[in-house]
Amino acid sequence: MKSGILAAAAAAVVVTATAGAQAATLDTVKSRGFVQCGVNAGLPGFGSPDSAGNWTGLDVDYCRAVAVAIFNDPNKVKFTPLSAQQRFPAIQSGEVDLLSRNTTVTLTRDTSVGLNFAPVTYYDGQGFMVNKKLGVKSAKELNGATVCVQSGTTTELNLADFFRSNNMSYNPVVIESNDEVNAAYFAGRCDVLTTDVSGLAGTRAGVAPVPDDHVILPEVISKEPLAPAVRHGDDQWFDIVKWTINVAIQAEEFGITSKNVDEFVNSKNPDILRFLGTTPGMGKALGLDEKYAYNVVKKVGNYGEVFDRNVGPGTPLKLERGLNALWTKGGLQYSAPFR
Amino acid sequence: MATQTRTTGGAPAPGGSSFSLSDPTVRAVVYQVLVVGAVVLVGWFLISNTLDNLARRSIATGYSFLEREAAFGIGEHVIDYSPKDSYGRAFLVGVLNTLKVSIIGVILATIIGTLIGVARLSSNWLIAKLASTYVEIVRNIPPLLQLFFWYALVSDGLPPVRSALNPIPGVFLSQRGLFVPAPSADPVWTMMGIAFLVAVVAAYVLRRWAKARQARTGQIFPVGWTALGLMIGLPLIAYVAGGAPTALDMPTLKGFNFVGGMVLSPEFFAILMGLTIYTAAFIAEVVRSGIIAVNWGQTEAARALGIPSGPTLRLVILPQALRVIVPPLTSQYLNLTKNSSLALAIGYPDLVSIANTTLNQTGQAIEGVTMIMGTYLSISLSISIFMNWYNKRIALVER
Repeated sequence: MKSGILAAAAAAVVVTATAGAQAATLDTVKSRGFVQCGVNAGLPGFGSPDSAGNWTGLDVDYCRAVAVAIFNDPNKVKFTPLSAQQRFPAIQSGEVDLLSRNTTVTLTRDTSVGLNFAPVTYYDGQGFMVNKKLGVKSAKELNGATVCVQSGTTTELNLADFFRSNNMSYNPVVIESNDEVNAAYFAGRCDVLTTDVSGLAGTRAGVAPVPDDHVILPEVISKEPLAPAVRHGDDQWFDIVKWTINVAIQAEEFGITSKNVDEFVNSKNPDILRFLGTTPGMGKALGLDEKYAYNVVKKVGNYGEVFDRNVGPGTPLKLERGLNALWTKGGLQYSAPFR
Repeated sequence: MATQTRTTGGAPAPGGSSFSLSDPTVRAVVYQVLVVGAVVLVGWFLISNTLDNLARRSIATGYSFLEREAAFGIGEHVIDYSPKDSYGRAFLVGVLNTLKVSIIGVILATIIGTLIGVARLSSNWLIAKLASTYVEIVRNIPPLLQLFFWYALVSDGLPPVRSALNPIPGVFLSQRGLFVPAPSADPVWTMMGIAFLVAVVAAYVLRRWAKARQARTGQIFPVGWTALGLMIGLPLIAYVAGGAPTALDMPTLKGFNFVGGMVLSPEFFAILMGLTIYTAAFIAEVVRSGIIAVNWGQTEAARALGIPSGPTLRLVILPQALRVIVPPLTSQYLNLTKNSSLALAIGYPDLVSIANTTLNQTGQAIEGVTMIMGTYLSISLSISIFMNWYNKRIALVER
């Protein structure tokens, strides 16, 4: 909690101190030599350090993609682990250039919190996890349950709304730290753990003493489109982040991967030539290298590769593509055209 | 400054022509105006700059969000609360939760601290060493760790809710807390409350009368026992007169949790125990220093005058010890109140926890933080004012 307050207080000071220093974020980043990216401190599959201390995860990879777009180097990025409460002050104050921390797009955040959201990198929804021993089959049976929830997230609101609309009561145990919330649930303090389904899957795979003792209920009670965000006031920077994520999605649609990208450089398809910068124009429009898209695909991979590497069926999270399949395959991932 | 002017000699010439920086009075005024001006300017710069930057990033400002629907749940509340209520009411719930744990914590810490402090001075070797060990261990471990310890003690040490311990019929102890039967709602309870208040007022009047009589005639009236009798007796009479209801609201296992009765939640238990035990160690040292500070000669003098040992402690030793104890005790009370903000770590919904959720939902961090700071400042200043008043009352009146 202290850290949350400190961050907020620091934000107040920094917001104050950066008067007029709203110079182009791109220039600031270039002269600094790296992208400062706010990520989750410990959510397996989305943002967490591995055993060697390297940051990994879906959100982390999009930070790296932005670094590649600017510097052509996935390591020219520094990560700031942020709690749910610290994240908005951190991006508002300019402490981080980019917030890529499983953050749900909402109207309030887009407006009064002062954020601009890039394309959605993961379509999620809030769910419930319970111990199998309770014999609960549906979230509608949870009347009177004690629910462990992390503070400062949309989760808290969805939870209240769900129980209200179903005329059920619940007893919230609200804790700031993700680790402590999980610990309270696994100790038996709560009947139910609630967060985004992807987060539940990550927790079950990575934290549960016996993963098979816990079951994720079928109800998904909310829409949680998770997207990276930048602060208001720098359209060029927003465009760069937006069109870096579109690169990953568009590359998958073209069938371009990090392995075969070189074969497409001299493709017959004018769309692909524009996309990869063989025909110049796109990179310059963003203020980046003409081959930025090529670099991103080469060094980070397309959307499908990023997904499979971090959260896909081959990982402990075992998540299916579902809504996150390309629009051509019945999902929602869709990039505006590169032209 | 005025005296200095006089000592520098030379009557200041009348009129504006005397304005000179070599005149200490003028110099002092000029410098003070400059300093105040600089402070105001910096303050104005910070505030206007912040507002300007917030506006440029179109981040909302102002406190109007307090009237909007909060839409999040709170586990423990002293007053009625549901997610339909406003952010303002949610914040009030948090303030009351903080006050609840602070007030009970201060009372318990004072009692435990005094006992330990006296025990440390005991001539019994074992008691003195035990008290020393307690103080040295507890005050050298960070309070946050102690909170985690107490919380883990409940959530890992007690059985799950469905196999709750049931030591006495109607009392259940589990990971979900301690459930005890509560008296069912009845107008008698309000009547008993009023009767108790009447007893308190009566005891106060009685004390004044007894003091006046003692000053007049020298006769001593047993005020303490009479007051105790009043405070127990009057509510008891009200209870019997109200029909002596015995209906109890028993906690029963229904669905996931116990329903009915009164509950002591693990979060509240952990924060209360953590704060009490931690602060009591400091209070023990304060009390010990206060008692040591009173010269042994005072006791001997009182005995020489033939004053019994009870009144010696009450009328001679304690008044002098309290003068040493109260100022540092005030600091401890303030510490306990401020440390209650650690509650967020273990899920007790104190004011910081709720303000944090609020500032997160609304994105208005600066407003949220000013509200937290304002509230703690008000609580702390209230404690300070009360303790300073009390300190003045017991201070040695010098004639």
